[in-house]
Amino acid sequence: MKRVLLVLMLLGAPGAPLWAVQPDEILADPGLEERARGLSKGLRCLVCRNENIDDSNAELARDLRLLVRERLVAGDSDQQVIDYVVARYGEYVLLAPPKTGINWLLWWAGPLMLLGGGVIGFSYLRRRQAAPEGAGAAALNPEEAARLRDIMEK
Amino acid sequence: MAVAEPAANAHFLLIAFSFAALTYAFVTSDFSLKLVVLNSHSAKPMIYKISGVWGNHEGSMLLWVLILALFGATAAWFGNNLPPTLKARVLGVQGSISVAFLAFILFTSNPFLRLAVPPFDGQDLNPLLQDPGLAFHPPFLYLGYVGLSMAFSFAVAALIEGRVDAAWARWVRPWTLAAWVFLTIGIALGSWWAYYELGWGGFWFWDPVENASFMPWLLAAALLHSAIVVEKREALKSWTILLAIMAFGFSLIGTFIVRSGVITSVHAFANDPERGVFILMILAVFMGGALTLYAARVQAMEAKGVFSMVSRESGLVMNNILLAVSAFVVFIGTIWPLVAEMLWDRKLSVGEPFFNAAFTPFFVILGAILPLGAMLPWKRATLGRAARPLWAAFALSLSLAALAFAVQTGRGALGPVGLFLGAWLISGAAVDLFNRTGRGSFGSRLARMKRLPGADWGKAIAHSGLGVTMIGIAGLMAWHAEDIRVVQVKGSYDIAGYTLTLDKVERVQGPNYISTMGHVTVTKDGAQVAVLTPEKRVYPVAGMPTTEAAIDYGFLRDVYVVIGDPQDNGGWAMRTYYKPLANWIWAGSILMALGGMFSLFDRRYRVAAGARRRAPAAGVPAE
Repeated sequence: MKRVLLVLMLLGAPGAPLWAVQPDEILADPGLEERARGLSKGLRCLVCRNENIDDSNAELARDLRLLVRERLVAGDSDQQVIDYVVARYGEYVLLAPPKTGINWLLWWAGPLMLLGGGVIGFSYLRRRQAAPEGAGAAALNPEEAARLRDIMEK
Repeated sequence: MAVAEPAANAHFLLIAFSFAALTYAFVTSDFSLKLVVLNSHSAKPMIYKISGVWGNHEGSMLLWVLILALFGATAAWFGNNLPPTLKARVLGVQGSISVAFLAFILFTSNPFLRLAVPPFDGQDLNPLLQDPGLAFHPPFLYLGYVGLSMAFSFAVAALIEGRVDAAWARWVRPWTLAAWVFLTIGIALGSWWAYYELGWGGFWFWDPVENASFMPWLLAAALLHSAIVVEKREALKSWTILLAIMAFGFSLIGTFIVRSGVITSVHAFANDPERGVFILMILAVFMGGALTLYAARVQAMEAKGVFSMVSRESGLVMNNILLAVSAFVVFIGTIWPLVAEMLWDRKLSVGEPFFNAAFTPFFVILGAILPLGAMLPWKRATLGRAARPLWAAFALSLSLAALAFAVQTGRGALGPVGLFLGAWLISGAAVDLFNRTGRGSFGSRLARMKRLPGADWGKAIAHSGLGVTMIGIAGLMAWHAEDIRVVQVKGSYDIAGYTLTLDKVERVQGPNYISTMGHVTVTKDGAQVAVLTPEKRVYPVAGMPTTEAAIDYGFLRDVYVVIGDPQDNGGWAMRTYYKPLANWIWAGSILMALGGMFSLFDRRYRVAAGARRRAPAAGVPAE
């Protein structure tokens, strides 16, 4: 497995005289091509670092792009293409992780935290509203208060 | 305690000397230094010899510490109005961060290692980094990252002193502002570089290293706003302290991510576990220490201000929640692959589609409520009255968006929504600024606008900058066009109303590269718009090809041409993009930075300079 990875890495090395989508890859049917481009943006180039196969120069990314187009020409739906690629390469290939299992936490972390922050913020505002004016002012002795005023007003 | 000042000065001078020595070695191509051999070449242009100093792990860490020392020294130079104990404590905390990172450099990344047998010439700098945009990207980014250490030092010093008041907030704000401005410029430079250099016109990739700089930016933005509440209303104190600690914490996490290569990404040059563990220890000590101190002292910080549910204060609380949550989303998305693999043995990727979906909504909400929140008066407000002057701005933005929706036919809501938010932010900022001029005739109010304090101008400029950036991002993503084809020499093709002709392809010899250069004439309606020369370069020493896109920049659109490989049938593979509103992304960033600078030079931060008394409405709350 290690050797396979090494070979893949070498193929994906930046020296390879290739680049993202080549003219000869483009499908004749613009509708299918557009779907292929859309799918490619969500699939990871396995030998690259954080690049989708649509932007990647690697040989392996090109193979995947061709594979996606092959499946689309064969009549697969978008979901079928994704399932096909995931079955072969694992969920690592998806740039948007599936919302299954523990990934639930990843997708809902933001909204949950917004909710939590909202509740804390709301209760804080409620307390501020109710607090008597000038509470905590005693923390400054008169001398300090004078100095503070002095600084603030200059 | 009086020793802190001279110590900070000496510290800065000594590190500056060592940085100058390393720069000298790069400039004179001293190949007895290992670092110079690995990252430089005698034929390289001078600017890249100098930028090569920080284009590598060891040199960039030295720059990091240099900037840390510089910020400490500025506190010693300009902090005349600080209470002496606070100043000494700030310098002490700042110095201890410096000690930790100097130890890191000494033990794991010494830039001055020598080679017994110096080679004849160097191995050259990564050609992607030989670019003016990237030459200045790291220094700005570091000025931002490391500048947040001042906010951290002030927060810890205040915790040690056991008190946080309006004066403290006023002292900490200029440094946070400066750091945020530098961070904004640094991020914008990096994004602009990616746009023109990587060859497909992407401007943001949600790469872990980009996220590492974006999280501190978000938190610093939150800190700027919450510090206003502390300064004006003596509330949100403990939250502001926590933000100051976390903002620098995320800078350290960013340094850890970039320098350890733990989450491999396009940028990670270093891949040494020893270094990662060292930075993680620094992170644990400083964050652990600061947060423990925070837990112990947080009770002592009582809020004073009283305000109602609808007020400027609560608007700023919402701003802080949204910014903090969006920073948290970026954080969890960045570390999730690591967490999932360690805890559940799931190998997965978190990339652009996730961030676009999970992050964007928070900024849409932020943009939607910002103009209203910015107009609310302190303490107590009514929504209806605050919203009244904004109705025209709202209607204008909505009709612009509706117009865009009608014209674009059949595309998604992204473009119109972005346009609405941007126009709403810009016009809202203008209304806010005008509203500050009080009553009177239109002309006299306009004249008074010039005399508004820098902070008011800064706020309006920065907020409209955010709007400009939003328009740019949404417009670019929603309305771009792309063309990929084989073009014969003398052949032409059309894209988005422009006709492009490939006149010729020639070989050009550069100073340290060989280039294949295409000449493309761009015309519109028969009139010539530009002649573009896209290149494919090969750097023989580094053995790496790069694509140099040719871009015709315009106010409303860029035409972006890339030349690829020669084809068997004699033509050339060409990629052409029509990129609407691309420049707005960086123009908006520059506006945000400019707004920060206006705020920074507001006269009330030059307290010691005997600035005149400000209007009581914006002054200290009655005591």
